[in-house]
Amino acid sequence: MLTGASEATPDAIRDRVRAFLAEHDPAEMGKQDFNNARFDAGLAWVHYPEGLGGLGVSRTLQAVVDAEFAAAGAPTNDPERNGIGLGMAAPTILAYGSDEQQQRWLRKLWTAEEVWCQLFSEPGAGSDLAALGTRAVRDGEEWVVTGQKVWTSQAHQARRGLLLARTDPDVPKHQGLTYFAVDMTAPGVEVRPLRQLTGEAEFNEVFLTDVRIPDTDRIGPVGAGWKVANATLMSERVSIGASRAAPRESGMIESAARTWRSRPELRTPGLHDRMLRLWTDAEVARLAGERLRQQLAAGQPGPEGSAAKLVFARLNQEISGFEVELAGGDGLRYDDWTMRRPEHANFYGRGPGYRYLRAKGNSIEGGTSEILRNIVAERVLGLPAEPRVDKDVPWKDLPR
Amino acid sequence: MEGPTQVNDRSAAKGALPDLLYSDAERALSDALASLLADRGGLDKTLARTESAQTYDDKLWSSIASDLGCAGLLIPERDGGAGASYREAAAAAEVLGSYVAPVPFLGSAVVATAALLSVGSQGRLLAKMADGGVTAALAVPFATAPGPEGSTAFPASVRVAGPKPGDAATGVARLRGMVTGVADALPASVLLVPADGVPNAVYLVDMTAEGVAKAPVTSLDMTRQLCDLSFDDAPATLIASGQAASRAVDAALAAGAGVLAAELTGLAQRCLDMTVAYVKERRQFARPIGSFQAIKHRLADLWVSVSQARAASRYAAACLAAGSPDVKVAVALAKAYCSEVAVTAAQECVQLHGGIGFTWEHPAHLYLKRAKADSIGFGTAGAHRAALASLVDLPAS
Repeated sequence: MLTGASEATPDAIRDRVRAFLAEHDPAEMGKQDFNNARFDAGLAWVHYPEGLGGLGVSRTLQAVVDAEFAAAGAPTNDPERNGIGLGMAAPTILAYGSDEQQQRWLRKLWTAEEVWCQLFSEPGAGSDLAALGTRAVRDGEEWVVTGQKVWTSQAHQARRGLLLARTDPDVPKHQGLTYFAVDMTAPGVEVRPLRQLTGEAEFNEVFLTDVRIPDTDRIGPVGAGWKVANATLMSERVSIGASRAAPRESGMIESAARTWRSRPELRTPGLHDRMLRLWTDAEVARLAGERLRQQLAAGQPGPEGSAAKLVFARLNQEISGFEVELAGGDGLRYDDWTMRRPEHANFYGRGPGYRYLRAKGNSIEGGTSEILRNIVAERVLGLPAEPRVDKDVPWKDLPR
Repeated sequence: MEGPTQVNDRSAAKGALPDLLYSDAERALSDALASLLADRGGLDKTLARTESAQTYDDKLWSSIASDLGCAGLLIPERDGGAGASYREAAAAAEVLGSYVAPVPFLGSAVVATAALLSVGSQGRLLAKMADGGVTAALAVPFATAPGPEGSTAFPASVRVAGPKPGDAATGVARLRGMVTGVADALPASVLLVPADGVPNAVYLVDMTAEGVAKAPVTSLDMTRQLCDLSFDDAPATLIASGQAASRAVDAALAAGAGVLAAELTGLAQRCLDMTVAYVKERRQFARPIGSFQAIKHRLADLWVSVSQARAASRYAAACLAAGSPDVKVAVALAKAYCSEVAVTAAQECVQLHGGIGFTWEHPAHLYLKRAKADSIGFGTAGAHRAALASLVDLPAS
């Protein structure tokens, strides 16, 4: 058995994967069975604890594991289908879920048997998330939830949602929140598509009407929702800003550079200077992302994730804006305005106009760039916060 | 206006600057247009129209064109027009930009009209355009920039083909080729087509003639939907050739870029106004978000930029109106500056509206798409800065 950090070498872990593959032929087994077995063998996410799909070893070894499975033709766990589950729900459940909840949810989450979504933002509570008004009222061993959530990716495909709701309106807003996992198939959950400026509806509005949630699906103590939600949001910003080690010229800069190289007739000295500035910014951001990943491998996500997301949003917007302009007459064309429901944002399968418009959301979703600058200013630089008029007032008495 | 000019070009920049304010007549026109658009050009209707088969609002255009006389602003009174100038046309464009109005004012009343006025002796056609009965478009890609020297429309993508039997008697020429991404040609009944031949020339083509086809383009800005035009031995009438043809296209492109700068100014102002109204009303952290300095300062900066843009676009309009020798500088300056201000204003509008600004139902995206498309239309900021480099003698090397 591989039990201690001393044995957690790339070779040792590679041997372990090979031993697993010798007994589990991906060509013979169904995908779900194979991934269940992989999870049970601790080879799902190796930095997770033993018994929860991991081996309790360094996160850096995951790449070795994934490469071995890929080389053997093993199925993936469809990470793109369950980005919120893997990137946000799982770390939250790991940090704040009970042992029973971890056992109950994490395997189905990792294998994407159950897709997760996040029910945080509301029409009246975006940047000021803690002011949210969705109410959860206790009724014996259950909670009864009513309210409206918005900007919920994948709600129409999700089995479970991370829900932040107000359980006590009589205390200041941060103190009266509690965190739940809601069954998206429960009666009273209604999902409606929310069309965005790109023409498609990648997001949803979710209406909750007297939805009953068992108390066993509460994550963390009653009234501790804000603290739990912050762990989720930090994970979100990290996963948006620095999802994976990327090669040079990946992301938005790739297609801009490709257009530049293949269409010499578009080149001008002014555009050339911008191309090179953006290329430089993108490459520096890649290195900063790698540095963030190395920090993460060594510990927990910190406020540096906010910096990564700020840069990611700005760069995506600048590069895509440049790309539209570079394309000139072609930049005036759009591929398709038809209302569609994509599984996830597809930046690279579509034209520069789509990228330009979709990237506008990057500085809004998952924490606006304005809020992220506050986080950097206050948590990283230690600057005094703005005078607050809402900190010590019961939520029900706040002006709205 | 006070203060010395900063332009280091020759004679034109040394004189007194023209009036950069709005005359009473221009204000009256703007007010009348704004009230018509507030009544008839609601943004919800404009948004719905972008997904319909008729992206241009013909009825609205008819009212703007004939009831308010906007189609004939640049057309002399002797040809049935208003005998006004580019100052009034620019004032109208500002209002149309502030409503992202889906009407072919720019293409017909400015660009095509400028070409015809340059050609001269087209009084009968101009008279039909003046009352809105005929809408015309210059068949060049919307992205075409006015060149600093000589026309950029030649060589053209359309050429003169061999005559058909009987053409010699009627004087009809035949055109063959394709022009992509043309603005305001979808609702046009007459096309002015630059075509290569010996010499190069501009031709009149009836949109309904045999051999003429238009294909609507799925455009970034569906409030000014582009189309691709193709000519397959289409019958055409020569209206200008050689130098006169180049001059006509140049005049049209300069007018288009200059008036587009005014449209962008109006659009930027509206984005600023919408955003200011929203941040006063939207509360987060138990206070209006406009009370945060981070938001205030951005909007203050934007107001400053829009004020600058207005000066630039007014100067371009005044120079176009007066036939000033500084007109090329004025147009390049205005289009370079206003393009960037308007895109910034629209981007800030989306961002500061937060989630709602990213939705399809909110009109902010109509402004973003119009601003981005207009920033490319008749030359990007970069193209106009490059034009300035030679116009004001600041060469790259």
